[in-house]
Amino acid sequence: MTQTPAISIHEDYLALVRRRRLYGGILLVVFVALMASGFNLADARNAGSFRNGFTQIFDFPADVIGEASGKLNQLPAHFLRFFPALVETINIAAVSTLIGASGAVVMSLFATRGLALWPRAIPLFRRVMDFTRAMPEIVVALVLIYVLGGGPVPAMIAIAFHTIGALGKLFSEVNENASLKPVEGVRSVGASWVQTMWLGILPQVLPNFLSYTLLRFEINIRASAILGFVGAGGIGYELKNAISWGQGKYDEAAAIFILLFLAIVFFDQMSSVLRNRLTQGGRS
Amino acid sequence: MLRLDNVTKRFGKNTAVQKASFVVDKPMMIGIIGRSGAGKSTLLRMLNRLTDASAGEITFEGLNVTSLRGAAKRNWQSQCAMIFQQFNLVSRMDVVSNVLHGTLNRRSTFSTMFNLYPDEDIRRAIDILARLGIAEHAPKRAEALSGGQQQRVAIARALMQDPKIILADEPIASLDPMNAQVVMDTLRRIQDEDGRLIIANLHTLDTARRYCDRVIGMRDGRIVFDGSPQQLTTGVARDIYGAGAEFSEAATSTSIETLETSREELLHEAEAAV
Repeated sequence: MTQTPAISIHEDYLALVRRRRLYGGILLVVFVALMASGFNLADARNAGSFRNGFTQIFDFPADVIGEASGKLNQLPAHFLRFFPALVETINIAAVSTLIGASGAVVMSLFATRGLALWPRAIPLFRRVMDFTRAMPEIVVALVLIYVLGGGPVPAMIAIAFHTIGALGKLFSEVNENASLKPVEGVRSVGASWVQTMWLGILPQVLPNFLSYTLLRFEINIRASAILGFVGAGGIGYELKNAISWGQGKYDEAAAIFILLFLAIVFFDQMSSVLRNRLTQGGRS
Repeated sequence: MLRLDNVTKRFGKNTAVQKASFVVDKPMMIGIIGRSGAGKSTLLRMLNRLTDASAGEITFEGLNVTSLRGAAKRNWQSQCAMIFQQFNLVSRMDVVSNVLHGTLNRRSTFSTMFNLYPDEDIRRAIDILARLGIAEHAPKRAEALSGGQQQRVAIARALMQDPKIILADEPIASLDPMNAQVVMDTLRRIQDEDGRLIIANLHTLDTARRYCDRVIGMRDGRIVFDGSPQQLTTGVARDIYGAGAEFSEAATSTSIETLETSREELLHEAEAAV
C-alpha cells in the first residue's frame, strides 16, 4: 500500500498499453490494406467501373418513382389486383415456417448435448442442419421447380428446408441453456424420452422458440417474395414482370413495393407485440 | 454552494421525491438516511441528472442544474461524480481503463473507441489507484476483483473526474463489514484531504453517525430530518424509519429492508414504465 511499488506499476502498465496499441495499429493497417486491395480486385472484375457507375445508382429508382407518380390514380387499383398475390406469398412463408419450425424443434432436441436420445449421433444431426442451412433456398427451389413444375409447393419446400437448419441451430442453443432439474425430476419417475422432452424441456424453452420463429417468419416472407422471381408464384412473380426494363409498368412495380413494405411492417409490429406478451406474460 | 428548491419526482401515480429542499454552503460529508423506497436514490440521480426532476430546481454555484441540456448537461455530470451500490464498472475491461472512463467527457469519441488515452492521464489513474491502495491490480479485469476492491475502483473513477461533488448511492450496501469500513474511510479521507462535497445514501444509522458532518432523513419521499449527527436520537430515527417503540438501534438495515422491498419493487416498476 506504499507509493514505492507504484513506479514500476506505472511503467509496466504503460508498456502494456503501448504493446496493445501496436497490435491494434498493425491489425488496423492490415484491415485497411485488405479492404483496399479487395475493392480494387472487385472493381477490376466488374463490367463497368465503380467510380463511373456510382453516380448513376439512383437513375433506376428515379425512373420508377417518376413513372409511378405520373399514374398515381391507378395505384389503388393495382393494390387490389396484387393483393391476392401477396396473400399467396405470405401463405408460402407461413406454411414453410410452420413445417420448418416443427422440424427444427425435433432436430434441435437430437442435437443438444445432455438431452439427445442418441448422444453419439449429435454430430450427425448437426451436420444435417449445417447442410440444410448452407443450401440457398433459391437453388433448392430451382431444382424442385424443374422436377415438380412451377408453383407455390416447390417454394414452400425450399424455404422449409432452409428454416429447419436455421432455426434448429438457434433452438439447440436455447436448449443448452435450459435447466436440467425438471428433466431429472421427470426422468426420475420413469418417463420415456419423448415424455421427458415434452414436460421437462419444452415448457421452459417454448417462449424463446416462438420468438425466434416469428423472426424467421418475417425473413421467410422476403424469401418467398424472392422465389417468385424464379417461377414459384406469388408477388415476386408479379414484381419480376412489372420491373423488367422498358415495359412502362413501373407504376405496378411501385404498388408491389409498397404492398411488400406494408406487409413486412405489419408482421414486424405484430410479432413484436406477440413476443413482448410472451416474455412478459411468462413472468407475471 | 448547492441549493435544492422543492425538487419533486413523480413516476406515474407514485411520487418518489416530494418537494425536497435543502442548502449546502460549504464542502462536507452529508449522509442521507431512510428506508428503501424513501426516495434517496432518486434524489441523488436527479442531482447527477441521470433522472430528470418533474418539478423544482437544483442550483450549484449559481448554475441552474435542472435546466441543462446536451453538452452542458454532460459537462455537469463530469463535475458531479457518482458511485453506485453495484459499482457499475465495465467488468470486462481492465482496472485502469475503468478509472480512465472518468475522463470521457473531455475525450473525443474517436480516441475512446481506440482506447487512446494520454500517458499523463494513465499515470494519474495509477496514482489514484495507489492512493486507494489497489495499484497492484491495475492490469486486471475489473470482474476479477472483490466487491470492496471494485468499489474502490469506482471511487478512483470518480476521483479521475476531479469532481466538485461526489454522490454515493448506497456505496457499502453490497459489501461485507470489513470492506464497508475501508470504503467509508476512503470517502471520509477524500473529504478531509481534497475538500470535496460528498453526499452519500446510507442504510445504517451508525455509519451516518460515525462518518457524516450532517444527516438528512427521508421518509416516503419527504425530507423529515436535517441536522447534525448528534441531533439524530433514537426517537428521531424511529420517525425516519416509521418504526414503533420496538425499534432499536440494534435492528439491522436488512431487517428493515425486507419489510419494504415490496414498496420499492412497485416504485421500480413505475420507473420502468415511464
